[in-house]
Amino acid sequence: MLNTILETCAGTLTQGLIYAILSYGIFITYKILDFPDLTVDGSFPLGAAVTAVLLTRGVNAWLTLPVSLLIGAAAGLCTGLIHVRAKVRDLLAGIITMTALYSINLQIAGSNLTVERAVDTIYTSAPVMAVLGGVPLLYRKLLVSLVLVVLIGLVLEWYFSTKNGLLLRAVGDNDTLVTTLAVDKGRMKILGLVIANALVALSGCIVCQEGRSFSATMGTGQMVFGLAAVIIGTTLFRRVSFVRGTAAVVIGSILYKLCIQIAILLGLPGNMLKFITAALFLVILITGNLTGRKGGADGAGAA
Amino acid sequence: MLELRNITKIYNPGEVTESCLFRDFSLTVQQGEFVSIVGSNGSGKTSLLNIICGSTGVQSGDILIDGASMLHQKEYIRYRRFGRVYQNPALGTSPNLTMYENLSLADNKGGRYNLAHGTNRARREYYREQLAALGLGLEDKMDLRMGSLSGGQRQAVALLMATMTPIDFLILDEHTAALDPKTADTIMALTDRVVREKQLTAIMVTHNLRYAVEYGSRLLMMDKGHIVLDAAREQKAAMAVDDILSLFTSISIECGN
Repeated sequence: MLNTILETCAGTLTQGLIYAILSYGIFITYKILDFPDLTVDGSFPLGAAVTAVLLTRGVNAWLTLPVSLLIGAAAGLCTGLIHVRAKVRDLLAGIITMTALYSINLQIAGSNLTVERAVDTIYTSAPVMAVLGGVPLLYRKLLVSLVLVVLIGLVLEWYFSTKNGLLLRAVGDNDTLVTTLAVDKGRMKILGLVIANALVALSGCIVCQEGRSFSATMGTGQMVFGLAAVIIGTTLFRRVSFVRGTAAVVIGSILYKLCIQIAILLGLPGNMLKFITAALFLVILITGNLTGRKGGADGAGAA
Repeated sequence: MLELRNITKIYNPGEVTESCLFRDFSLTVQQGEFVSIVGSNGSGKTSLLNIICGSTGVQSGDILIDGASMLHQKEYIRYRRFGRVYQNPALGTSPNLTMYENLSLADNKGGRYNLAHGTNRARREYYREQLAALGLGLEDKMDLRMGSLSGGQRQAVALLMATMTPIDFLILDEHTAALDPKTADTIMALTDRVVREKQLTAIMVTHNLRYAVEYGSRLLMMDKGHIVLDAAREQKAAMAVDDILSLFTSISIECGN
């Protein structure tokens, strides 16, 4: 009994961590750039599709990570160019890329794919086995995911503190300022979308390795999930300084996956999953607004 | 030297709401001049600033700096030589960054925004001195979020940021209008000091006739896209607020206000 609980917890934690990488991406577009980026629902399965194909062709599992980052970046670049250069509204620009990616993902993968047991993923690759070979797969997945999420988080926090990172934060805050600093604000918005979707595709890549499968519909609702994770995290840590933004997002992501897991354990049918995702998101948005109002003058400004 | 030559600006061309603001409008601002522009609402003051900075396009004419046309330069390129402070204090700074981060960003204008560390400890003392010189006690608030400061404090920092790196022209777009009278006086005095110290060419739009008379080396009054008064040096020095006010009122009456 205890063992089952521990295993469920480890599995949920791993899910929360892997999806936290997607939430990092949405943290950049939604929280920093103030851009509702629906590309996510397409770039997430894009990373998974590419990974599934590469793995079944025998490509080294670790190599799929940079490849996913790059191809996700390309997806973000598309949305960025459509929005900034072709001047299409933010929401529509994302929807256009997302819709196009649905077909592209199927073109890449051919159909829904399963990665066979014999194929090594990052969790069963030689370097990981050399260090964590004695640890059961379930906990090994947890540890490897944790290391990856912490590493990426640290890189992001470093980036946010660089000159370029400060400028990215400023462009979402007040793009007039960026123009008066003699910088093209459009280019910074595109850069933000590129980084965000690279992370989202990386998340899709790791999800594909963890679950050993790609399905064309796996992207549906991921943007809503990411938003929920970001809003839970940043609302909980509202009073804490910006530096811990990524940490807040990871905790938000884990809490959200935990809620879904509890709903499943309580007997929720699989078909109702997206419904619960949406309903939970609504509840979070409303409570977020309420606590914002209670926060007084400062809270009103933050909303 | 900044020149606007034969500018024609029409809003909503070809539509029922078409309205012509400037027709064959010309203006030359000499290096080192501090021009105050007054005029009623809709007289074209802010449009003039937007045309100079490139936030809005024109139908015909040319804009030149030292004889070279910058008509086809993008807005953000023009800001390499311009600094601008807006009426809305929120537009001059980034509210979610700290004051230190804001100043560091402005300090890097003209340089590369690369992956070097965004703030520079070695410059902190310099920012402190600059803030202390404002006399608003801001030097002890450098690590606060910009958004937590008052409008006047933000506007003071915005002015500092706009003039931190070498620029040729300072554009002031009713930058005291959103402040209380006392803070407005402080910001106006600061502006005058900065313009003198850095020997900037400044163009200031204001609704405050007293500022227009007291500060600056040249005064323009605009009405419906035309310059109705252009007084520089001695002529301006001899003017009093009442002179301007009577002219201003006569224009407004003609408009039917």
